[in-house]
Amino acid sequence: MNEPFAPEVAAAAERFARRAAREGLIDIGYDEVDSPWGRMLAAASDRGLLLLLFPENDVEAHLRGLAARVSPRILRSARALEPTRRELGEYFEGRRRNFDLPIDWDAVLSGFGRRVLEYTSAIPYGQVRTYREAATAAGNAAASRAAGNALGANPIPIIVPCHRVVRTGGGLGGYGGGLPRKEWLLDLERGRPGLLS
Amino acid sequence: MPLPPFQEFFDTHSADVFNFLVTRVGPTSADDCFQETFLAALRAYPGLRPGSNLRAWVFTIARGKAVDAHRKAARTRAVPLDGIEVAEAARPEPVEVWEPVAALPPKQRQAVAYRYLVDLDYAEVARRMGTTEPAARRNVHEGLKKLREVHLR
Repeated sequence: MNEPFAPEVAAAAERFARRAAREGLIDIGYDEVDSPWGRMLAAASDRGLLLLLFPENDVEAHLRGLAARVSPRILRSARALEPTRRELGEYFEGRRRNFDLPIDWDAVLSGFGRRVLEYTSAIPYGQVRTYREAATAAGNAAASRAAGNALGANPIPIIVPCHRVVRTGGGLGGYGGGLPRKEWLLDLERGRPGLLS
Repeated sequence: MPLPPFQEFFDTHSADVFNFLVTRVGPTSADDCFQETFLAALRAYPGLRPGSNLRAWVFTIARGKAVDAHRKAARTRAVPLDGIEVAEAARPEPVEVWEPVAALPPKQRQAVAYRYLVDLDYAEVARRMGTTEPAARRNVHEGLKKLREVHLR
């Protein structure tokens, strides 16, 4: 049964979203962004990105996690995610090699895991490093496995390019979004022809 | 339970709050009260105790905004709804009901008032009206539809 005032409620909700943004009351904005695998979900604070989810990830659970850890003032906001949408689109089309998107590191992770991800975010497009190198850069050369775990839990895949970290000796290693996606991303960055057709 | 993301809270309650405001201040003012209600809620949200009854909380805010709107418009007046204990919901603020609600056919008026003025769930509306839950829902639905038609005319 359709709510009789459904159109008015929808218009009121849109006005509310605009006013909340204008009055600076949104701590975290989120929206869907397109990807070759379907719609991903991105979330950002005014300090930077917090989250990028693959289509199969549990959106509600992740947003609830952010509400508990960072702030419950979380609202859908197309505008807050506009730069993310644009840059990801360009990246997937092979027209962008570096992301200019800030990351809200303080809200993402701390300690060793954060150092691993910060190191990872500086690996150039089209190149790879090993788990051991990431662990060493983060301050503990013996912690390759812990580095792998931190990368597996990377909340902002693609933009923090954890797909560029592989095994010593050439093995792909693991990927939170599934190995086919890791291969796809590495292929994209190698400029393999025909990939996008 | 920790507080859910505000959007989740908003999606759960926005339609009910809007309908409630329609019955309190009319469709024209409902939007302004709606904005005021949810902006106030968003401002206060992080300070809320986890596990709070969010529905009761947002309806308290909405009720306050409706009273403010009436004061501002200085056209506060009570319209009696025979047979309905409006007082049990409306205390402590003055009882005022938007006129078109009072003009609805009896069953719709009663159902809308029980649902949005007394704030009962559909099962309880049905019980008090001596009818079934689907019938109570239908009466509320038809009542709201009529309010909307009156407004758009």
